[in-house]
Amino acid sequence: MTVLTLRGVTAGYGDDAPILHDVSLDLQPGEVVAIIGPNGAGKSTAMKAVFGLLHLHGGQVWLGDEEITGEPPERVVARGVCFVPQTENVFPNLTVQENLEMGAYILTGPLDDRLDHVYGLFPPLLEKRNQAAGTLSGGQRQMVALGRALMLDPKVLMLDEPTAGLSPAYAQQIFELIGRINGAGTPIMMVEQNARQALSVAHRGYVLVDGRNRHQGTGADLIADPEVARMFLGG
Amino acid sequence: MGDLLIFVNFYLLPGLVLGSIYALGAIGVSLVFGILRFAHFAHGDMMTLGAYLALTVVAVTGANPMLALPLAMIGTAIIALGIDRWFYKPFHDKSTIVLVIASFGIALMLRSLIRVIWGVEIESYSVGISRPLVFFDSLRIAERHIWIIGSTVVLMLIVHWLLTRTRTGKAMRAVSDSPELARLTGIPTERVIKATWMLGAALAAAAGVFVGWDTQLQTTMGWNLLLPIFASAILGGIGRPYGAMAGGMVIGLAEELSTYPWIGTEPLLSPGYKTGIAFAIMVVMLIWRPAGLLRGRVY
Repeated sequence: MTVLTLRGVTAGYGDDAPILHDVSLDLQPGEVVAIIGPNGAGKSTAMKAVFGLLHLHGGQVWLGDEEITGEPPERVVARGVCFVPQTENVFPNLTVQENLEMGAYILTGPLDDRLDHVYGLFPPLLEKRNQAAGTLSGGQRQMVALGRALMLDPKVLMLDEPTAGLSPAYAQQIFELIGRINGAGTPIMMVEQNARQALSVAHRGYVLVDGRNRHQGTGADLIADPEVARMFLGG
Repeated sequence: MGDLLIFVNFYLLPGLVLGSIYALGAIGVSLVFGILRFAHFAHGDMMTLGAYLALTVVAVTGANPMLALPLAMIGTAIIALGIDRWFYKPFHDKSTIVLVIASFGIALMLRSLIRVIWGVEIESYSVGISRPLVFFDSLRIAERHIWIIGSTVVLMLIVHWLLTRTRTGKAMRAVSDSPELARLTGIPTERVIKATWMLGAALAAAAGVFVGWDTQLQTTMGWNLLLPIFASAILGGIGRPYGAMAGGMVIGLAEELSTYPWIGTEPLLSPGYKTGIAFAIMVVMLIWRPAGLLRGRVY
């Protein structure tokens, strides 16, 4: 059964003209799906539509067989969908550990197991756990943001440009981690600027242009597609 | 009496007392500004409310204001929750200037209500004159000053514990850092807002009780303290409770110490200008470092 479905979503901010027009996306169990496209194509907007952060003019969002169209973010998170925004994705004045604890706010009871799991995935965070997240480097901050989202053991993980602004080495590390998190069974939907690398990790990809579906296919097919290559992969 | 003792008895101790009062008020202003994003102009009148609630407890039981303090704090916190529920919450999705104006309205309503219930006479917790405790022959400290400074230290330790050790306290700091990310993380913002009002109002009530205990109770007492309290919050950095504590102490001490005869035998600043200090510090901070000493938010 499909994990997450956007069906014919037309959405925008407030009552302004919609940014997304009839966009349909889906995520299957165990998959990594990459959404690529030029700047302003509505890639991030498509993710925010899942979290009820937008005004939906039309269309539906389904989580498994339950419709979650327009539910507020805290409800969607409680259902097990975790989101890592592109910017401002850590609480800068909270320590690393407090950031992680906030990720599991809705859980009651001890968090030791979850913290151990996340520190296992991101060993550098363990020694910095009492440091304010705002003082970390960009790459480490991205780890905190990913770790925070993983504290809930999410059913679906959504990442908005997880490698934006990172050095190639760090970007490579983040892509490897995405592979590992997915390898443990978590389906991931991500928006990426870094199209070639994203498509090579992803099972499938969608190309959005001007807020509309343009292409879709397996990662390998999209890399091989001459039009996609010309537009987004640098020839 | 030596110069040092004069300095301690008449300048330093009153400065610490005033600083305690400003700090307690400023923590609430800073938290509310950080989490709800608006300048809460009814904060001073919440202080007045706390002071008068304690007056009733003192009058009925004949107890020391210290014993009335917890009841005044709880009562003010409950009333603040009601005010949020019926007057502020309906405007949560409106522009913040609407909330600022609403808080002006609440300030006027609270003050009028206090006048209706308790009257407009100047009141006091105690009758007669209490003799100060004398230490080492000449260090004279009024008993209430020990209580005020001591309770402020205890309350600040409790605030620190709440903000760094409890789930809700950490969530308050998280919402203050980034409300959007807090929502996306699943933190229930409404609960955090309620906790903020309870904490801010309880501390405001404590500040009000201390003002009333140190001087006297008047219905305008809280409103008149609004300027130094906002100055303290800005000095420390908006949304930074620790900054508000430090900012309150600095401004309280600065006001009192500015009248000490630092040069020659005349007061450095005529006591009549004392209240101008807070205003001057606020103006300088807004020009020189609007984010405050602890780098709070700039809007």
